[in-house]
Amino acid sequence: MKLVDLVEHLSLEVKTPGADLTREVTGGYVSDMLSDVIANAKAGSVWVTFQSHLNIVAVASLKGISGIILVKNRVPDEDTLKKASQENIPIMTSSLPAFELAGRLYTLGLR
Amino acid sequence: MTVEFVADLHIHTCLSPCAELSMTPRDIVEKAASLGINIIAVCDHNSAENVSVTRDLGRERGIYVIAGMEINSSEEVHVLGLFGDLKDVFQMQEVIYENLQPGENDEDAFGMQVIVNETNEVMGFNKRLLIGSTNLSVNRVVDLIHSFDGLAVASHIDRDGYGIIGQLGFIPPEVGFDALEISSRMGPEEARSSFAPYRHLSWVSSSDAHRLEDIGKRTTRLVMRHATFEELQLALRGAGGRKVWF
Repeated sequence: MKLVDLVEHLSLEVKTPGADLTREVTGGYVSDMLSDVIANAKAGSVWVTFQSHLNIVAVASLKGISGIILVKNRVPDEDTLKKASQENIPIMTSSLPAFELAGRLYTLGLR
Repeated sequence: MTVEFVADLHIHTCLSPCAELSMTPRDIVEKAASLGINIIAVCDHNSAENVSVTRDLGRERGIYVIAGMEINSSEEVHVLGLFGDLKDVFQMQEVIYENLQPGENDEDAFGMQVIVNETNEVMGFNKRLLIGSTNLSVNRVVDLIHSFDGLAVASHIDRDGYGIIGQLGFIPPEVGFDALEISSRMGPEEARSSFAPYRHLSWVSSSDAHRLEDIGKRTTRLVMRHATFEELQLALRGAGGRKVWF
């Protein structure tokens, strides 16, 4: 499955224009603690979070995260989006809360 | 000439919902005096309404009381703002109140938020949700502290919950903290090996006391000329042979 499929099926809003949505997504991880993501998220995952601080880009980059989905229409900081474009980390938003979004991702077949 | 002062720069009063009611300004000052502590900072959650009275009591007992607040950022990172003047801490408090998550404190769930006077009499209760977070990013909180001439200290960086490294993975290099705080749970040696990348900043360690018996459980030594805020600012920069250690 590719990021573009998630965007389509879950009506995600893409916040980083020009981001590479053809990236393969091989799993998912939900966490708002970046130390936990650093310790436990797997490369290729889509990361579901409420955190919008600039540091999410560095953590995603470090871990080889395919893309970040901010839940509940969380608005990413300006700096975060700028850094995300530089680092080529796609950031998307969803109106759903994390629990529901994770359920939808699971239903789409992500494990 | 420099002198070594003993400081506990993170103490909650009974205004913090999670602190014991026995944490009145009078009893905090008495306890600190009995332990030979020279400088304390009152840092309640998102509020500074017991600072002024603590400062007056401290003056009587020869303890310098720094006007502080422990601010909860939008990422749920705790940051101490330390200020020299009451007007600065109250200006900061105004901004925090404007940006604090709405809602009223539930005393059964979180505890009472008591404002008291010099003689331990209850003057009122703060109704705000002081345990909540603000909608200000940690970067913005630190900038605001600096705009009111304060010092910004990252609280208990060794703690997962509400510590900046736990919440944000690492300390954002663009955020200009004046110091990092190690909690009393971690020894100095362990801190030095765990947080080696952050040795370029000054480190302090404090009790984060929520109960009287915890005051002074950990202190920081400030080697400086006088017990003043200006000297603390210089000491955190290591200026003129001043030192900060624990």
